[in-house]
Amino acid sequence: MRSPVSSPVSCGEAAVVVRGLRVTTADGRRCLVDDASLELEAGEVLGIVGESGSGKTTLGLALLHHCRRGLRIGGGTIRVAGRDLGGAAPGDLRQLRGRLVCYVPQDPASALNPALRIGTQLAECLEPRARRDRTRLLDLLRAVKLPPQANFLESFPHQLSGGQLQRVAIAMAFANRPRLIVMDEPTTGLDVTTQAHVLETVRQLCGQHAVAAIYVSHDIAVVAAIARRVAVVYAGRIVEIGPTERVLRHPAHPYTRALIHAVPDIDDATPVSGIPGHAPEAGAESSCCSFAPRCTLAVDACRERLPALVVIAAAHEVRCPRSADPEPVPPRGPVAVRAASVRPLLAAHGLRAFYGRREVLHGVSFAVGAGECVALVGESGSGKTTLARCIGGLHGEAGGSMTFHGETLPLDTRRRSAAARRRIQYIFQNPYGSFNPRRSIGASLALTLAQFETLSGSERRAKVLAALDQVSLPASMADRYPRDLSGGQRQRAAIARALITDPELLVCDEITSALDVSVQAVITVLLSELQRERGLAMLFVTHNLAVVRGIAQRVVVMQEGNLVEEGPTDAVMRRPQSDETKRLLRDAPRFTAKARGCDTL
Amino acid sequence: MSAAARSAARSAWTVRSVPAWMRGARAFFARGGAIWGAALTAAVLLVVAIGPFVAHYSPIDFVGAPFESPSLDMPLGADIMGRDVLSRVLSGGTVILSLSALATVLGVALGGLLGISAGYLKGAADDLIMRTLDVLLAFPQTILALLFVSVLGSSFLLIALLVAAIHAPQVARVIRAAALRVAGEDFVEYAKGIGIPPLKIMVREIVPNVIGPLLVEGGLRFTYSIALIAGLSFLGLAQDPPAANWGLMLNENRIGLTQNPWAVVVPVALIAILTVGVNLLTDAYGSWAVQGNRPGAPQPADIKAAEILDGPL
Repeated sequence: MRSPVSSPVSCGEAAVVVRGLRVTTADGRRCLVDDASLELEAGEVLGIVGESGSGKTTLGLALLHHCRRGLRIGGGTIRVAGRDLGGAAPGDLRQLRGRLVCYVPQDPASALNPALRIGTQLAECLEPRARRDRTRLLDLLRAVKLPPQANFLESFPHQLSGGQLQRVAIAMAFANRPRLIVMDEPTTGLDVTTQAHVLETVRQLCGQHAVAAIYVSHDIAVVAAIARRVAVVYAGRIVEIGPTERVLRHPAHPYTRALIHAVPDIDDATPVSGIPGHAPEAGAESSCCSFAPRCTLAVDACRERLPALVVIAAAHEVRCPRSADPEPVPPRGPVAVRAASVRPLLAAHGLRAFYGRREVLHGVSFAVGAGECVALVGESGSGKTTLARCIGGLHGEAGGSMTFHGETLPLDTRRRSAAARRRIQYIFQNPYGSFNPRRSIGASLALTLAQFETLSGSERRAKVLAALDQVSLPASMADRYPRDLSGGQRQRAAIARALITDPELLVCDEITSALDVSVQAVITVLLSELQRERGLAMLFVTHNLAVVRGIAQRVVVMQEGNLVEEGPTDAVMRRPQSDETKRLLRDAPRFTAKARGCDTL
Repeated sequence: MSAAARSAARSAWTVRSVPAWMRGARAFFARGGAIWGAALTAAVLLVVAIGPFVAHYSPIDFVGAPFESPSLDMPLGADIMGRDVLSRVLSGGTVILSLSALATVLGVALGGLLGISAGYLKGAADDLIMRTLDVLLAFPQTILALLFVSVLGSSFLLIALLVAAIHAPQVARVIRAAALRVAGEDFVEYAKGIGIPPLKIMVREIVPNVIGPLLVEGGLRFTYSIALIAGLSFLGLAQDPPAANWGLMLNENRIGLTQNPWAVVVPVALIAILTVGVNLLTDAYGSWAVQGNRPGAPQPADIKAAEILDGPL
C-alpha cells in the first residue's frame, strides 16, 4: 500500500518549501496571492498575519494546493517532505491531503458533520485498517487533551463546546501525522482560556510529532503566543517575514508597525491607534507597493515599482525600501481617566435573568456613573451579554430592579418611558445583522430619530448627516445599503444610530469582536473620544481584557452569572483579587508570552 | 439650506439610481430560465389580452358543423357545437387567468399575513395560527372546494376565495419560516428596543425582508391556481356552458378528440405554456434573489434548514 508519509525526506531540504506561489482568478486577470515564498522546518510553527481581505486565508489554502471556486494556482511550487504538490495528479493530491497536508478550519462547528458521532468522524481520518481500533481513537483524544472515554466518542458535535469541537478538528488533522498543518484562525471564536489551552496543545503536538504548522490569524498577539516565525501579509503579498520576537520588537515594514499599534497590549495602558485609509480590494491590480497610499513614509519609488523582499537581519526579510527609516510614531498618551462620577446614572439591584427555568444571572448589583465607561468582562457563558440585554430592556425574563437617574427603570423595554428608551441605546455585537438590509443607512437613522422626535424632513436629514459625520462616515453613506458597507463602517453607522437620539448611556455588546484589530482600534478610539467630548456613559461588554485598558475607567468581572470583581481598571489589572480575573489576565494572549512560547519546541 | 441643496439631499436617499436597477434586471435576465419564462408568459398573456378583440367570430355563435376539420375560414376547426375553436380559445383565457390571479393574490396575502404574525409573535399566537392551519390542511382540499361549490353554487368570488383558502395554509407555512429567521435578527431587536409597536415592526422590518419568498410563493401558487381553476372549469363548476373557457373546452370537446383534436390540444397547450412560463420566471427570481442581486436578499447561509423544517411538514 502506498503511504506518502513514509516516503523518505530528501536531505538538506526544509520540511515545507514554497517558491513563488501565485493565486489568480480563474480567468487569470486578478492576482490574489503573489510571489509567496516560505520555508518551514519540521516542528516549526509559522504565523501568517493580516487584515480581512489581505489574502491570508487564500494563501493558507493554496499551501494545500487548494483554491476556492473561481480561483486557481497561477504559478509557483509547493514541496512538502520532498513531494511536489503541484505535480501530483488529482487523485494523488486527494490522497496527500489528510495524510501529508492537513487543514483546521476556523469554525469547527460547521466543519464537523452534525449527524455523525465524534468517533465515526475521527475514524474516517484514519487508514481503513486502523478504523476499528478504539485505542487509536482514544489516543487521539488524549493527545488533544479531551477525555479519552468511549462515551465521548459516542457524542454528537452539538453536545460539545466550541473549544472541544476545535480540539476534535485538531485531532482529525493530526490523526495521520501529516508533515504540514494549515490552521485558519482556529481559536478566533473561543474565549481566552480555551484559546490559551488550544494553542498550548497545538504547540506541543507540533513539537512532539515534528509537524510543520502554518497558523493564520488576524490577531498578532495570538500569533506571537504560538509561532516561532511570523509572516505579515498585505494585499496578497508577504511584506515582512522573520522571527516573531524580532518582528514584534523591531518591525521593519510600516504596515507591521501600524498593525502592532492597533493591537491593545494587556500589559501596557497606552491607547491603540488604528490604520488610516482602507485596505485595497482583494485582487486589485498593483505594480507598486500596495501599502503606499496608507503609508506615511511612502516615497516616489514606492509608487513606481514593487519593492523586492530584502534581508535586513538574520532570517528577517522585508518588502520596503524605507525599512531603515522608522516613521515618527505618534506618542501614545495614557487614557484620560475621568474622576469617577459620584452621581450614579444607572444602578442595578439584585438583577436576575432566566432562560426558561434556568437562571443565568444570580442577583447582580452594580452601577454606572454619569460620563463613566464601565467594562463588563467575562468569558462566554458568564452572563455578560444577558446583563447588557437586561439593561437595554431586551431580555424580558428578568427580576430585580434598576434605577436610571434615581427613578425606577422597568426591566422590559415596552414598559419603559420613551425618554428612558431614548437615553439608553444598545449597540449589537454583530454589525451584519443590526441594520435592516432593505433600508438605506440614512433611512434607518431617520427612522430611529422619527421614533423620538417629530421633525421636518430637512431637519431630520441634517441630523442624520451630522450623526454620520460624528463617526467619520461620509454623507454619501446615508444613501448606501448595509451590504455596501464593511463591518467596521456598519459598526460606525450603528454608533451613529445610537448617537442620533442624544443618549446618556451606550450599551456596547462586544461591538468590536467581529472586527479586525485595526478596525477595532479605530472604533475604540472613536468611542473614547465620544465619551470625553459628550460625557457619554458606557457599558462596554467584552471578553478581551486588553481592549478594556484603552477605554474603560472601571471594570466589572463576571463569572457564571455572578459579579466576582469590581474596581478601577488599573487596580484590577495590576492587582486582581478574584481567581477569575487572575485567570483571564493569565490566559490573555500577549506579546511578552514569547518567552514561555515556542522555545520549548 | 438652499432649494438646490435640499433637493440634492432628498434625492440622496429617496431616489434609487437607475444603473443599479438596470444592473439588477440584467443579472435577472442573464439567468437561463428568465428569458424563456418571460417570453412564454408574455405570449399567453398577449393571447388573453388582445384575443377577444381579434377573434373572427363570436365565441358562442354556431358557424360550422360539430368537430369540423380546420379550414381557411376556421384555422382550428369547430367544436362539439360547431363553434369556431380559434375564437373560443382567444376569448377563453380571460376568466381563468383573472380568477387565478385574484385567488393567488388573496391566498398569498392571507397566508403571508398569517405566516408573518405566527413567525413574529411566536408563542401562543404561533401555536393557535399554525395548528388551525394544520387542521385545514388535513382535509383533501380539492374535494372540500367541490363540496362548497356544489352546495353554495358557483360564483367567481366564491371560487377565488376557495382557491385562496386552499393556498393560504401552505403559503403561511413557508412565510412563517422566513419571518422566524428575520424576527431573530438584531435589527428587529433594535426596533423593539426603541419602542416601535409590533404591528409597525411587522410591516416595516419583517415584510420587506420576506418579499422575496412571498413573490416566489406567489408565482408557484399562481400555477397551482391555474391548474385548480382549469380543473374546476373542466368539471363545469366555474362557468356555465355557452361561455368560452379553456378548462370547459377540454371537457366539452374530449369526446371529439379523434375528429378535431385541436379543440382540446390548443387550450391544454396554452395552460401548459402559461404554467411552465410562470414557473420558470419564479425559479429565476428565486435564484436571482438568493444570490444577492437585490438589497437584503436572503443569503443561502442565512436560511437554516432547522427553521425551514420547523413545524410538521
